Amino acid sequence: MIEAVGLTKRYGAKTAVYNLSFQVRPGAVTGFLGPNGSGKSTTMRMILGLDEPTAGHVTVGGYPFRKLPNAPRQVGALLDAKAVHGGRSARQHLLCLAQLSGIPARRVDEVLGVVGLQNVARKRSKGFSLGMGQRLGIAAALLGDPQVLLFDEPVNGLDPEGILWVRNFMKQLASEGRTVFVSSHLMSEMALTADHLIVIGRGQLLADMSVKDFISYNSADFARVRTPEGDPGQREKLTAALSEAGGQVLPEQDGALRVTGLPLPRISDLAHGADVRLWELSPHQASLEEAYMRMTQGAVDYRSTVDERAALQQQMPGAVPQGGPYGHAPGAPAQQVGFPPGTMLPGYAEPPAPPQQHAPGAPYTPGAPMPSAPGAPSAAPAAPAMPPTAPPAQPPAAPSAPADLTKSDTEDAR
Amino acid sequence: MTTPYQQQYQAPVPPQGPPQGPPQGGPPQMPPQAAPHQPVPSGPPSQPYAGVGPYTSPIPVRQTHLGNALASEWTKIKSVRSTIWTLGVMVALVAGIGLLVAASTSDSDYETLPTTLPGFFGTLLGQLCIVTLGVLVITSEYGTGMIRTTLTASPQRSRVLTAKALVFFTLSFTTTTLALALVALASAGMHSGPGVQEPSSDQLLGATVGAGLYMSLLGLLSLAVGCMLRHSAGAITAMLGVVLLPAILPAFLMMSDSLRDLGEKMQEYSSPQALASLFRIDESLNSGWPQLWALAGVTAAAMIAAYVLLEKRDV
Repeated sequence: MIEAVGLTKRYGAKTAVYNLSFQVRPGAVTGFLGPNGSGKSTTMRMILGLDEPTAGHVTVGGYPFRKLPNAPRQVGALLDAKAVHGGRSARQHLLCLAQLSGIPARRVDEVLGVVGLQNVARKRSKGFSLGMGQRLGIAAALLGDPQVLLFDEPVNGLDPEGILWVRNFMKQLASEGRTVFVSSHLMSEMALTADHLIVIGRGQLLADMSVKDFISYNSADFARVRTPEGDPGQREKLTAALSEAGGQVLPEQDGALRVTGLPLPRISDLAHGADVRLWELSPHQASLEEAYMRMTQGAVDYRSTVDERAALQQQMPGAVPQGGPYGHAPGAPAQQVGFPPGTMLPGYAEPPAPPQQHAPGAPYTPGAPMPSAPGAPSAAPAAPAMPPTAPPAQPPAAPSAPADLTKSDTEDAR
Repeated sequence: MTTPYQQQYQAPVPPQGPPQGPPQGGPPQMPPQAAPHQPVPSGPPSQPYAGVGPYTSPIPVRQTHLGNALASEWTKIKSVRSTIWTLGVMVALVAGIGLLVAASTSDSDYETLPTTLPGFFGTLLGQLCIVTLGVLVITSEYGTGMIRTTLTASPQRSRVLTAKALVFFTLSFTTTTLALALVALASAGMHSGPGVQEPSSDQLLGATVGAGLYMSLLGLLSLAVGCMLRHSAGAITAMLGVVLLPAILPAFLMMSDSLRDLGEKMQEYSSPQALASLFRIDESLNSGWPQLWALAGVTAAAMIAAYVLLEKRDV
């Protein structure tokens, strides 16, 4: 059990963590999520007594960490895989940590076996890969057979086999009744591993809920519907019919429609009834990653901008920056910097606007050009990207997603 | 943007990991109070995580003590190469130069000087090795980040520093004293002709234990400075200043009449002069023990400051 109350940490003028209160309970894997620089590691260091909080306090099993009688027997931690002396062999590294808390040397060989480093136990850790370093760090955390385990980005640098192993291993540790607290910036990883989520951004708590709740609050399925191109009349007809039947319809960049609240057969029936031909009717799912990014969008400290390469091109007619608020209107950068048309660089697309944002029947003109994407439809047919949601730091969207959609989402996640 | 995973997740069904087998079997037993912790909705057979009580290790948890920390620090200091190298070079310098000087001098040189003298020349260089090792014992942990692992494994920070200081001091004192004793014995064996002074026990003590103590105290001071500065190069540079400046500055200080006394005192307590006193290379010098006590005082003060800072600062 980890309990933080009003945890605050300031480094000079910068507040790394502000008024953070949460509990991490035994018997579950608790995921600790946040963008880079959001204060995850600072919080971990405060839990481990390495950093003194400016205000508030945090206890592990009822004790402040530095008052624990034998810390490694109660709390195991992997903070940084590279936090070892490279000149020491893996075995000697673990041995000196074991001796520090009176753990017999036999245990060192045991944990080396658990993490699969027996064969390199006598090699100096300088030559270890990042994945081997992570395994060594996990071995160190396991030395004392502790009740509470903290892992900071444990799957960084691991191969797929290692990721799977860590995932199952953490679940197993939790199933034994241990408290497992794992930080990550990958929602996708946490969705597979964690039972409970604590999400922070800019050092403040954004969400503290079970993964199940997070999914039902933040993820919704939708259908993509495409009517024949060059016939906006059909599209408007279908939009009207779908809205009338209680569905929410949002136009997408490429002229397709995003429909929520109606099952696929019903959409097909309605289209048939309205005498509209369909070119596409496909099920889609707003992923947890999107939900998480939407939640932390306003809290991202390090955001990349489009590489304009203006400094390299002295006279380039037409090279006027025309990005949106975040400097990357979909479609536009690809033309500017000379990527082949249709190329969508990973990470350039803005997370789609949550459907819940628009109340049913809101004045939303179907087919109207999107505000920040002039002429985009033909430029990026492969990317159903939406314009940036206007206000940053959206609060968790209202729990309006239908329950059956949530269920199918969880099944898909398996 | 944030991650490259977004593209991937615009696919209809997010790619998920391969199915995972259950770590352990067992039917779900969920007490009502554990309701918020439903099994994770991923991975085929969900596990009854919330059904188990808090884990307690079958092995009893014992309170740790200084002995544990000493064992750990002993493992640490002997398992890195820098220890072998610095101590090896120190022994090579002290014993090598000492034996060389002893071999290249004749009995007549020792009519007024003690036969322990040859050890002196090696210590001037050897002390720099001890300084380096003293700094590295602690700054290598800061440099590699190992200190965070150490202080997580032992949040009793002062105990860690105490163990480091004791292990390092014992090791360096033993090594330096043994090397010096070897030189003193060899030199006395080589020069035992008529007219050569038999070294008094006072002289022997100063040239072995005294000089060994001086060098290892200097190393301990380096450890304290390293703990305060937390940076190898910075701490070694600072210690070079401590060793060399009192030997160089007096030359300038003595140009001015008002600072002459200060310059003389500084010279008297400078490291080469203190070692020279311990080896009795000149009748006019004192026994060297006052300098040793002064160094012990400075080291104690630095250690106290190191303790305070270690306890107070974030790691």
